[in-house]
This record gives sequence, C-alpha cells and structure tokens, in this order.
Amino acid sequence: MELLKVAQIEKYYGNKSSLTKAIDDISFLVEKGEFVAIMGASGSGKTTLLNCISTIDRVTSGHIYLEGADVTSLKGKALNHFRREKLGFIFQDFNLLDTLTAYENIALALSIQKKPANAIRAAVENVARQLDITDVLNKYPYQMSGGQKQRVASARAIITNPSLVLADEPTGALDSKSSKMLLERFGYLNRECGATIMMVTHDTFSASYASRVIFIKDGKIYHEITRGADNRKAFFDKIIDVVTLLGGDVSDAV
Amino acid sequence: MLFKLSFRNMRRSMRDYAIYFFTLIVGVSIFYVFNAVGDQTVTLELSESQNEVIKLLNTAISGVSVFVAFVLALLIVYASRFLMKRRNQEFALYMLLGMSKGEISGILLLETVLVGIASMVTGLVLGIGLSQLMSALVVNLFEADMSSYRFMVSGKSAAMTVLYFAVMYLVVMVLNSAAVTRMQLINLMQSGKKSEKIRLKNPVLCVLIFVISAVALGVAYYQVGWNYNKLNQNTLLVYIIIGVVTTFFIFWSVSGLLLRIIMSMKNTYHRGLNAFTFRQISSSVNTMVFSMTVICLMLFVTICALTSAFSIRNAMNSNLEELCRVDAQILFVSEESTSDIYEDYGYDITEDYRDYTELSVYGDEAFTMKESLGAKYEEAQNAYPFMIFDGREDVVGISEYNNLRKLYGQEPLSLSEDEYIVISDFDAIKKVRDSALEDGSTITVFGKELKSKYDECVDGYITIGAQPLNTGVFIVPDSVLPENEVQYTFFVGNYNGDTKEELAQIEEAQRNIFEKISTDWIAVQTDASGASINTKIDIYDSAIGLGAIVAFLGLYIGMVFLVACGAILALKELSEHVDSLPRYEMLRKIGVEEKDITHSIFRQVGIFFLLPLVLAIIHSVFGMKFSVQVLEIFGTDGIAKSIGLTSVILAFIYGGYFIVTFLTCKGDSSDRM
Repeated sequence: MELLKVAQIEKYYGNKSSLTKAIDDISFLVEKGEFVAIMGASGSGKTTLLNCISTIDRVTSGHIYLEGADVTSLKGKALNHFRREKLGFIFQDFNLLDTLTAYENIALALSIQKKPANAIRAAVENVARQLDITDVLNKYPYQMSGGQKQRVASARAIITNPSLVLADEPTGALDSKSSKMLLERFGYLNRECGATIMMVTHDTFSASYASRVIFIKDGKIYHEITRGADNRKAFFDKIIDVVTLLGGDVSDAV
Repeated sequence: MLFKLSFRNMRRSMRDYAIYFFTLIVGVSIFYVFNAVGDQTVTLELSESQNEVIKLLNTAISGVSVFVAFVLALLIVYASRFLMKRRNQEFALYMLLGMSKGEISGILLLETVLVGIASMVTGLVLGIGLSQLMSALVVNLFEADMSSYRFMVSGKSAAMTVLYFAVMYLVVMVLNSAAVTRMQLINLMQSGKKSEKIRLKNPVLCVLIFVISAVALGVAYYQVGWNYNKLNQNTLLVYIIIGVVTTFFIFWSVSGLLLRIIMSMKNTYHRGLNAFTFRQISSSVNTMVFSMTVICLMLFVTICALTSAFSIRNAMNSNLEELCRVDAQILFVSEESTSDIYEDYGYDITEDYRDYTELSVYGDEAFTMKESLGAKYEEAQNAYPFMIFDGREDVVGISEYNNLRKLYGQEPLSLSEDEYIVISDFDAIKKVRDSALEDGSTITVFGKELKSKYDECVDGYITIGAQPLNTGVFIVPDSVLPENEVQYTFFVGNYNGDTKEELAQIEEAQRNIFEKISTDWIAVQTDASGASINTKIDIYDSAIGLGAIVAFLGLYIGMVFLVACGAILALKELSEHVDSLPRYEMLRKIGVEEKDITHSIFRQVGIFFLLPLVLAIIHSVFGMKFSVQVLEIFGTDGIAKSIGLTSVILAFIYGGYFIVTFLTCKGDSSDRM
C-alpha cells in the first residue's frame, strides 16, 4: 500500500543571480511498513528533502502526498494538526525538553493531542518496554546517556502511532554501541509494530538496517537499492559499493 | 572601530536593552519630575503658608531623593551586570580574536556612555513634559489658581538628575571594568554550555517548610493585626523579621509544593502543555527565591506607603470641614477671659468678629482620668501603657458649652442637676471611656457626685484642629462649678468678613494684635502661663500641605519601588525566555499549536509576576490593618478610595511591565519560526 508519494519536487534557494537547487526534481514512493534510508554526502539535499516532507520547509514546486493528502498545500492549524497526528520526529540532537523527565517528554506528544491521563500512562509504559527505557522513565535528560536520550526521543516519536516516522541523522551524536542498539530497536519497531520509518543518514552502517536505501547527489536521486532477501552484512557491502561510486568522481578529481 | 562595535552591539541587543532602557528613562523622568516640584510651583499664586509647605516638601524630596538614587543605583548595577552575563559568549569571541581586556572594557564603557546619554536625554524630555502635569496636580492639591501658570523647565532639577545619574553610570562603569578584569576565557566559553540540573526539592520538606512558614506568618499577622495593643518596638521588629524570613521560605517551598500538587492531579498535569508550563515556572521561581523575596517586600512597602499616604491626605481634607467650624480660637491659660485681657491692653476683640462666644475650662485636682475611669483604670493602663492618667480632666459648664455648640452649628445638649456628659472624638480613648460609661460610673467633681447621662461619649470637641484629637471633656451642670478653679479660657468666633481677601486681611490683623498682647501678657505673669491662637486658614493650609507632602513622598517612593520590581522581574523572565527558545522550537516541530504556545508563555509570565504580588497583597492586608490603628489620629474614612488609587498605580506600572514582558517574549518566540 502506498503511503508517501513524492512527485517531482524542487526546492530552490537564493535569487535569480545565484540560484541553488537544493532539490532538483525528485520523485519516489514509500510503501506502508517500509524502512527507508536516504543517503548522500553533506550538501546533497537530503536534510532539505526530509524538511520538505515533514512540512518544516516548503517546496518550490511539486507535490508530496501522505496517505493521499497533499501536504504541500497545508497551512496554519491544519499543518500543526498534520505534524501532531501523522508524523513522528527524531532529531540528531534529541531535542528533549531538559525540564521534563523522560516520562513527561514522551507523554507530551500525547497530552498535546488532549489524550486522557490514564490512557497516556499505559501507552508510555508500553512504548518504553518496546524501546527498553522503562528504568529511565523518571530521569531527566541530563541524567541519561546519549543512547537513552535518543531512545526516549524515539519513544516520543512513535507513541502517537504516526503514519510516518522521520529521523534526521538519529545516530549522528551516538557512539557505535548506542547506535547499534537504537537501530536494532528501529528494526524491531518496523518489523513488529509496523512503523514506517524514513531515516536520513550519511552513515553506511546505519543505512544497512533499512529495507531500502535511496542515494541522493546534487539534489537528484542517484541510485536506489533494496535489501530484498540479503542479510544485513551483504546489504552493507552493496551500500558500500554504491557509496564508493557516489564519492568516486570527487576523489577522481583530487 | 571600537565605537562602531559598541554602537552596533547596543543596537543589536536592543531587545535585551529595551526593558533596561525603558526603566532608565522612567527612572530619570520620575527623578526629574519630583525634584522639579519646587521650581514648578514658583509661577503659581500660593499663600505664604503654602509656600512654606512647598519649601518643606522640597527639602523632604531632596532627602528622599538620596534614598531613591540609592535604590535606582542598585537596580541599574543589577541590570547591567545581568545583561553583561548574557554576553559571555560574545566576550569570549572578542578575547579569542585577540582583543585585550582593556579594549573590551572600552567597548563596555562606550556602551554605558551611549545608553546613559540616550536615556538621560529621553528621560529629561519625558520628565519635563510630565512635570507640567505635575503642576496641575499641585494646583489641585493646594486648591490654588491655575491662571498664572506657564510652561517651565527646572534647571536645578535637571542638573540634579544629570548629576545623580552620571554618578550611577560611573559606578556601573567601574563595576563593569572590574568584572572584565576578572574574566577568564575558559569560564566565558563554558558559560553557555552548562547543562541545566533540575532538582526537585524533597516534597515532604517543602510541605513542612511551607506549613511552618505559613503558621509563623499567621501568628505574626495576628499579633500585628489584632493584638497590636501589646506591641512595642522590639516585638514589632521581631514580627517584621519573622515576616521577612517566612516570605523567603514560602518562595523557597512554594514552587516545589505547587508542582507536586499539580503533578498529583494527573489529568490536569498531562493536559496540553501543562506539564511543560509548570516545569518552566517552577524552575524560574526556584532560581530566584531571593529576588522574589526582595520584590515581594518592596511591593508590600509600596502598597502600604501609597495607601497610607493617600488615606492620610484624604482624611485630612474630609476632617477639616467637620472639625474646623469657626474662623479663629484664642486660648489663654488664665482665669481671666480673653476679651477682658484684650480690654486691659486697650483692644475690643468683639469688633472684628461677626459672632463669638467665650468658654472657661475648669479642673479639679482630685478629679483625674484615673478617677473618671473608675474600675476600668487597670484595663486602660494595660492597653495604653504610655498614657498619662494623672492629669486633671477638663470640666466645662453646660450653658457655656451649649453656646459653643450653637456656634459650631450643633444641637444643644441638656443635663439635669445630678448628671454629666463626656464629649470626645479620639476613637482610641473614646473606646476606653465608653467602656467605663457602660457600667454607669459615677464621678465626684468639685465635691459633688454626678452620674452619667449616656452610656457612651457624645461626639464633640472644643479645640478646632485638623484631626479628631479630643480625648475627653466633662460637661457638668453650671451649679457644680466653683468660683476659682478655671484652668484656661477660650475665645471662639467667626471673622466679620465674607470674601477670601477680607478674611485673610482680618486674620493678619488679628494675628498681629494677638502676638503683641500675648507677649506683653505672658511677660507679666508670675505662674507658668501661655496663650495660643488657632485659625481656620492656618489649619487648612498646614493640613492640606501636610497631606500633599505625604502624598508626594508616598508617590515618589512607591513609583520608584514599582519600577524597580517590574524591571527586575521583566529582565529575569526575558532572559529565562531566551534560554527556552529552543524548547519552543522543538514544541513547534512536534506540532504544538501557536495558540497553545502563546497561552503557555502568558501563564508563565503571569504566574511569575503574580506570585510576589499575591504574597505582597496578603502582607499588605494585615500590614494595613496595623497601619489603620496607627493612622487612626488622622481618621481612616477614605481607606477604600486610597486602596483604589493605589491599585490603579500598581496596575499601571507593574501591569505595564507584565504586558511589555509578555509581548516581548511572544514576539521573540515567533520570530524564530
């Protein structure tokens, strides 16, 4: 089933004299239940793409459809409603409120949807179990490790059962052990809970957990590979190959 | 180059400076306006005694100005240090780029000079405008003539303002330079990266401390508000200290307590942004317990000062009509009547008066207040340990007193041969006397036993004045009075004139004659003796003058305190808000509505401003209850009006700071989008 449809979007920065095409005619589809990784070097436009899908930024032209609804035409209240109900965000720098405990941070996503308090408790405990953070629920962000913080942020993102979870470099600020643990949880959420995840990363290891990888270069889709029946190791090697090619012409020039 | 940098810095941080700058301007203009009152009134046609009052007012204001300057200086130093701390990262960058500490000091110095000059110029212009309004207020207070008024600028006040503020800015510069010399690059760089530690205070301890503080405060309130008869200066001081300390502890515990209470109400806590909002409030209250205490106490002083000042003024004016019903009253401590004494010196006192009466006050050595109170003496002595109960009571014959009542436009009293009446209008003493009269006490005066006609005092007075201060006069049948026990005599009358000018003329003539006669007369007396003249014009002028002085000083101190409180809270809240901006951004990203964010900011700023105000108002209610007792001599009729006026001023200044803070915060957070 088709969940997200990105149709010929473009995003330009600057004016006529110095025009930067951050996204230059990108189109792709994401099926429900997919775990998509978007890869590319810095400046390739991957974060801009994510921002456009998440309605944080606006496209210059083209359309983005989520569950058949055009998100590029949303404005004001409808926009906030869309973000609140349909999307879950995970950021590189966690973006947790340092004044609230982990429990309250997770609960916030539900309480701004005006859910009743007892429903919130059950939901938070459930999601905490899935992400293995039950024992840090009463801690403040400054009392947690980076990995724990990112899992709390992930819990906040998925607790509302969003149609799409958007993750921007979620492992960017984590050490390799925490990264591995987080990605395994992502895999679990994707497989067991049916969450559709779209993750932007420049890290091959992170991307190898996805079911599909889209490569972006200079604002265009460069290549796309699917994991299929491969195990993670084989998929990792495939990705490495593409990344080598992707960076190839740059190193040739040097 | 340095100048350019300073100037740009000042413009860039205009938002942080806005409140600071605004406060400086208000400070300068208030300072100018009040110091200009003296010069401002020169053009008005005021009477001699009113001019005396203005002189006194001027002296009082100059004195208070030193104190006000001190408060403003503290505020400016606090605010500038506060703003400097916010710029640590900037200073770190300057130092990394190789700027010397001297040059950084130079930048700061220039900034202070720029801000100083700008605020002084704007403040003075504003002050000059406002002081014209102030003249209108003076005209109103002194019931003077506005026609001769013209626009004017007080050079003296302007010079004083510039001098005082220049000194304040100088102090700021010195302190800033000292702070720059102590700067360490490493500390500056790390200053922004401190992760915020949120410690929830132990809830049990919070509740305990809150309850103990509340109880202690309650006891202090009771002692001051109801049990004030037992107060002396030392115990009062103890209760004031208790008040200050408990205020601190209540602020210390209240945020933890409130947060706990709201957290336990799961449904409320997890609704919308409530969790976020209350955490924000609790952390900002927690970080400024001390400032909150100071602000609360300053608000308390302000409310009490303003209300008391206004009610003294109001009471003075309303008392006058009631208590000053004749033009003049002359007293001689002599058995001879005033008209006789005047005649001895060749004057006919009756010539200048349209109507008049004379009255002799008797006294019996054996009839003191102690005697008249009878069984209630002990009780009265306990309640009023400072009062003298051994003095002779004043005794007046009924027919002479009724003549006086007629002159005052009051209904005459009647008395049978074995009765007496007590007249009094000084509430505190009246109560004591009433309690004695209730028991139907009999008195023995000049050897005759009399019983009380009424079971309470009758409202009345002999001496005209600005306040109800008659502690009691015994009206007895004429037959009781002996030949030669007269203590002093009164001559009371209305001048033979109609217009204001005529009355003033007669008044002056009468005063001159009295001066001459009384000096000559006292010179030839063998016993200790005296004489006095009391006139309506005189009483009015000094009462209105005193009322005006009190009102002016109350306004002056009150306004400066309010500005200081508002500014400190606004600066604190604005900087907290800047720290919170990333949080709002995050909230927006996860889809919180703009409306909810605005609502949350409003609540945060509102509660932040409200907390010290609420406690200050509670303090004031009980503080005023005490003040009312102290102010009783002035009468306390207009208290509601005074409270109303105080609220208006409070709402205007404090509320103004609240609104500016809220709007700035709101603007700040939506700019980021």
